[in-house]
Amino acid sequence: MSTTPNLSATATPSAEPTVLLEARDVVKHFPIRTSKGKQQLQAVDGVSLQVRKGETLGLVGESGCGKSTLGRCLVRLIDVTSGSVIYDGVDITNLSRRQLRDRRRGFQMIFQDPYASLNPRRRAAATVEEPLRTHGIGSDAEIKARALHLLEVVGFDPSYADRYPHEFSGGQRQRLGIARALALAPQLLIADEPVSALDVSIQAQVLNLLADLQEENNLTYVFIAHDLAVVHHISDRIGVMYLGELVELGDSSDVYISPRHPYTEALISAIPVIDADAEIRERIVLTGDLPNPIDKPTGCAFHPRCRYAQDLCRTEKPLLHIQNDGRQVACHFPVAAPDPPAVLPRLNDIEPPSDETH
Amino acid sequence: MSEPLLDVRDLRVSFRTRGGLVTAVDGISFTVGRGEVVGLVGESGSGKSVSMLTVLRLIDNPNCVIEGEVLFKGQNLLELEGEVLRKIRGQEIAMVFQDPMTALTPVYTAGWHISEQIRAHEKVSKKAAMDRAVQLLEAVGIPNAPERVNSYPHEFSGGMRQRVVIAMALSCNPSLLIADEPTTALDVTIQAQILELLRVLQKEFGSSILLITHDMGVVSQMSDRVLVMYGGRLGAAGPRREVMRDPLHPYTWGLMGAIPPTDGSRAARLNAIPGTPISPADADRDRCLFAPRCRFATDACRPQPPLIAHKPDHADACVLPYAERPALRVQAISPLGVRA
Repeated sequence: MSTTPNLSATATPSAEPTVLLEARDVVKHFPIRTSKGKQQLQAVDGVSLQVRKGETLGLVGESGCGKSTLGRCLVRLIDVTSGSVIYDGVDITNLSRRQLRDRRRGFQMIFQDPYASLNPRRRAAATVEEPLRTHGIGSDAEIKARALHLLEVVGFDPSYADRYPHEFSGGQRQRLGIARALALAPQLLIADEPVSALDVSIQAQVLNLLADLQEENNLTYVFIAHDLAVVHHISDRIGVMYLGELVELGDSSDVYISPRHPYTEALISAIPVIDADAEIRERIVLTGDLPNPIDKPTGCAFHPRCRYAQDLCRTEKPLLHIQNDGRQVACHFPVAAPDPPAVLPRLNDIEPPSDETH
Repeated sequence: MSEPLLDVRDLRVSFRTRGGLVTAVDGISFTVGRGEVVGLVGESGSGKSVSMLTVLRLIDNPNCVIEGEVLFKGQNLLELEGEVLRKIRGQEIAMVFQDPMTALTPVYTAGWHISEQIRAHEKVSKKAAMDRAVQLLEAVGIPNAPERVNSYPHEFSGGMRQRVVIAMALSCNPSLLIADEPTTALDVTIQAQILELLRVLQKEFGSSILLITHDMGVVSQMSDRVLVMYGGRLGAAGPRREVMRDPLHPYTWGLMGAIPPTDGSRAARLNAIPGTPISPADADRDRCLFAPRCRFATDACRPQPPLIAHKPDHADACVLPYAERPALRVQAISPLGVRA
């Protein structure tokens, strides 16, 4: 455990895992015109986090919470308003175009809509070859061979190489997008809602493919999605975002089983569970909608919808704090951690009362 | 159950295309009882939406061929025309669509949408219709309804818009509400609100609901009975508890296994169904439609197995021996690792 003071607000003291990507107080505001004149839409409002080598960090939140904007800032598809993004020890926020292009070999992005992110007039093989040509890697023959190999890796028969995007189904297109992202052998993949446009059976195929690729190539993922069950499935750690801020960050199963932030708690409770006896489940139904990111509530941004909100929450903004159990929570009154940590007794383990039967 | 509210018998819908006749719905039969919530699950291309549009006669494509019977309160909707049909639509059967923005006209207010529908079916004054609109908006949980009744669709958030659409659908107290993916476009917390609302309103208004969705979770939270559709046919049909607890059809096993577990456990891999969902245009209809993706498929899957009830009310279309299904299901849940 190192105790070196760190400028980052959320620095984890543990020096053990290598940090591959770090966001330090990333802020992204979009200037917009409204009837009240020029205003700032606060899409991402001071997010700091670290992505460790080889892990999958899931980012989850509802629409408008800034998770996609943050993802784009992390690969610098858009410039940050302030703060910095450090990839492999280098701050990429101030790199020149040329320097950035070299750096980008290390991190690639997978987009939500595989149709919109593929050139409809380019065949599958050419799509995968493009990044290799852009970066001038290998001879023409080598590039072609590598593209074919990548198509095979994501599960395509070589005969698919000459097809156009419209000849592929949604899931196949997404696999094509993954092959393209893998072309430069990146270390880090940022996937923005990669499965949300797909049917459930296909969604599972793509999630399995991503898991296999990670294992085989020691990849690091930032997985952005709105579906907490999917994020929990694929991630080692989960960050929960609300209105441009990170409100909770911790180990995937811990966050899912015992959420500490009231928003995470409600989000998990809202997942429709497959359950034969559904009516016995108690749910926390959040009232109201996501507030406007132009005119955020004072204090804690979640307080208007929070069932535990008190006066303090209306005036003072809670910062992301590390709790005793290592969880990071931005809340004045976090949900109590369960007493014996997060291991729920299985029904079979509970001894039935022996004598009283009524 | 006496006479069911809706009785669909051997419904077939096909489209004439340049490539020949494409069958979207291939002979489905089911009923919806009074006050019952029936969930219809399926992937894209399974024919779930087309079959529901047919029930309301909303397909006006001249190349669409519809066969079978759709009996609503004993009347065959497929034979009705003009004024009689219009009286049933909106008043007796109402529909909630997936995208609330396209279901509302952007240049009219929420109140206009609702009162227009009321006045189309009942002889009431504009004022009275508007008052009812306010009450309905209150019933669906729109805060400050007397003012919001004058708001335009773009002034509402997605969840609020869907509430307006639901208020519109309920305005004439329909006996059947068809909801086509009503929460798919919404965030989870908003989805939970809308599902809760539908449940409360269903109890209060006593309408039957036919809920179309791709989400097994939503179905299990809402329905009394579940129908599973694949390739335009019913693969399984039964009470929710049975379909969820002892699913019989390999496709249902696949659908349930493909979803990340929600109980907090984390599996290394999901049980993906190999292959892609069937495309109605090039389906081999002399064989079980799921067979190309089914690991238990044999020659016995030809011809197409009929829907057989193994228990009263719980039916499925599969040739696998009924007694062996539980064991086969366990086998199906073991990791596959297949990539198409």
